[in-house]
Amino acid sequence: MKNKEPLFHIVKRDDLPLTKVWAIRLIAIALALILCSVVTVLLTKLNPLDVFNAVIKGAFGSKRKTWVTMQNTSVLLLIALAVTPAFRMRFWNVGGEGQILMGCWAAAACMITLTDKVPEWLLIVLMIVASIVCGALWAAIPAYFKAKWNTNDTLFTLMMNYIATQLVACFAIIWENPKGSGTIGIINNASEFGWIQIGNKYLLPIIVALVMTIATYIYLNFTKHGYEIAVVGESERTARYIGIKVERVMIRTLLLSGGVCGLVGLILVAGINHTLTTTLAGGRGFTAVMVSWMSHFNPFTMILTSFLLVFLNRGASEIATTFSLNTSFSDILTGIIIFFIIGCEFFIRYRISFHGNAKKREG
Amino acid sequence: MKKIISLLLVLVMVVALGAFSASADAVKVGLITLHDENSTYDNNFITATQEACAKMGAELVIKTGVSEGEDCYEVACDLADDGCDIVFADSFGHEDYMIRAAKEYPEVQFLHATGYQAQIVNLDNFHDAFASIYEGRYLAGVAAGLKLQEMIDNGVLTDANYDENGNVKVGYVGAYTYAEVISGYTSWFLGVRSVVPNTSMKVTFTGSWYDETAEKEGANTLIADGAALLSQHADSMGAPTACETAGVPDVTYNVPTGDACPNTYVIYSRINWAPYVEYAIQCVTDGTAIDTDWVGTFATDSVQVGSIGAAAAAGTEEKLEEVKAQLLSGELHVFDCSTFTVNGETLTAENNEHVVDGYFAESASQSAPYFDLQIDGISLLNTVF
Repeated sequence: MKNKEPLFHIVKRDDLPLTKVWAIRLIAIALALILCSVVTVLLTKLNPLDVFNAVIKGAFGSKRKTWVTMQNTSVLLLIALAVTPAFRMRFWNVGGEGQILMGCWAAAACMITLTDKVPEWLLIVLMIVASIVCGALWAAIPAYFKAKWNTNDTLFTLMMNYIATQLVACFAIIWENPKGSGTIGIINNASEFGWIQIGNKYLLPIIVALVMTIATYIYLNFTKHGYEIAVVGESERTARYIGIKVERVMIRTLLLSGGVCGLVGLILVAGINHTLTTTLAGGRGFTAVMVSWMSHFNPFTMILTSFLLVFLNRGASEIATTFSLNTSFSDILTGIIIFFIIGCEFFIRYRISFHGNAKKREG
Repeated sequence: MKKIISLLLVLVMVVALGAFSASADAVKVGLITLHDENSTYDNNFITATQEACAKMGAELVIKTGVSEGEDCYEVACDLADDGCDIVFADSFGHEDYMIRAAKEYPEVQFLHATGYQAQIVNLDNFHDAFASIYEGRYLAGVAAGLKLQEMIDNGVLTDANYDENGNVKVGYVGAYTYAEVISGYTSWFLGVRSVVPNTSMKVTFTGSWYDETAEKEGANTLIADGAALLSQHADSMGAPTACETAGVPDVTYNVPTGDACPNTYVIYSRINWAPYVEYAIQCVTDGTAIDTDWVGTFATDSVQVGSIGAAAAAGTEEKLEEVKAQLLSGELHVFDCSTFTVNGETLTAENNEHVVDGYFAESASQSAPYFDLQIDGISLLNTVF
């Protein structure tokens, strides 16, 4: 035992073929489900098959549930698409939450202050413009600071979230109805003035998300802007060397990123909730970061990833209801599954070679 | 042979169908709550609804953590889709979304606590409910007054506990400057003052129905300011635990906190929602209409005051019985206009539409509280919310 080499080495893999990558991911999901079953049986003495059945029922149990699942998937997908260009550039925009809320705020502000003062078409145009501009500004502020003074992008965007949340909380009280309640209620409940709907009320975000997925894919892969983003992400110095104005790319990309978040805010207020509360984004600005990462910034993979997360989330809340468990239990299950999904990326990128194994290879 | 088998099969199916329809006869109730059982407010609804459903043999589905947005509408519709006969939501902000769901499912009864719109929207299947909790608050205030008197008699209070006019200071942690909260702290304060006439109260608001940190901070501010006794209308354990740490007696709302705060817990009051849910289930079973705007009272057992804690003064129980009897008989009114002034003036039928026979008639024209006046003796530390 004089040889004090560690038991195993971690070795970076060459790129794995796509089939293997997905095989690893499927194994991870299977393992996660098994662990979830074990935890379920140990903690609740319930039959895990019933539990998984409830998960599926939660997402697809009725026509309405299916629509809501698709709608939620689209919203999450849109936010993931929004933050992706910035991530590609290695600008850590974790401020999606705040950018969405500012979009929500702008849309609600237009609806509350301009109803009956302008025709509906003009109101809707104003809402669209205002939401996108507000979201874009909220992202451009940290981008400008980073470009000018190299401030920390993660911290700055994160802090902007808190400002947005407090702003919305403040306006929820300014616009509250009735006085003292701290809630705004449904805006234009009777007249539905300024509500944006396409046919079925779930359809709007779904259509926007599909269009945006294709648009983002093209933008990132087949345009000069997309190329610049990729180069800045790889190396700022290289980018400067080949004459890319890094500061400009940074601000431009964040304007775009925030603008799409603002658009999501518009959809949340004018298309779905018709009210303004601090919980409208509901943490999805952060979940979207995970979606974007797990999908390796590929817009089409993001469809699958956001669906998976929404599916799990809705299933989890169904478990809580069906078996009268606290929602914390469904959070535990979701946590286990996400842990495995993220963890398996490690095995996609690295190989563990055990001592004996490594020797064989050397020999 | 085949015939016998098919006959048997048919028989089995008939029996199975019979069994199925028998269980389908049970009324199914869906409860929507804003937070989960860790919130004292939601917990109060959850336990009461469970109790009512168990008693009435109804089936219960609980959806916790439903936000005051489109989520509430979707969940309410989901519950209706799942065959619920009654859908009950507990938070004020749920109301608009419940009304939308009610319009879509006319055969399902939608109940909403604390709301005010049922009388306005005029739907057959949308109902508001609340209780005359101001009477319960008043009784809890009387218990607090007795405790305060005991502290005065025992010489526990210091100069810091008196304001510049020689009044004993008490404190109150509220959520918003909303009528439900104002009605609650005013009736509580009137209860305290009915025992200790020289009392003044400071109220701080947290701007949230559930914010443990803000509630704790609010309570600590009041205690640092010299409040001799506290009560609250906000849903976390923030204020009770702050009181326990500081050793300041506390009157709680929704749940008794005697277990967590054995040294300072005095008494609690709550709305007992079980009678209302039982009533609604009975109506659905009988096929009769549910009241558009239901007010629970002492008589319906909807207003409860009790679980007198170890910190309470001796004789609290007897005194409360006495005052309760006076309230029930109509001899005593909580908002008796002779006991308080607003900006130095007494309320009369001339200057306030709700004043009848010399008292402010709370919960008479609408179940949700509407006493939102600022009476003298109470000062608000912050009114942004």
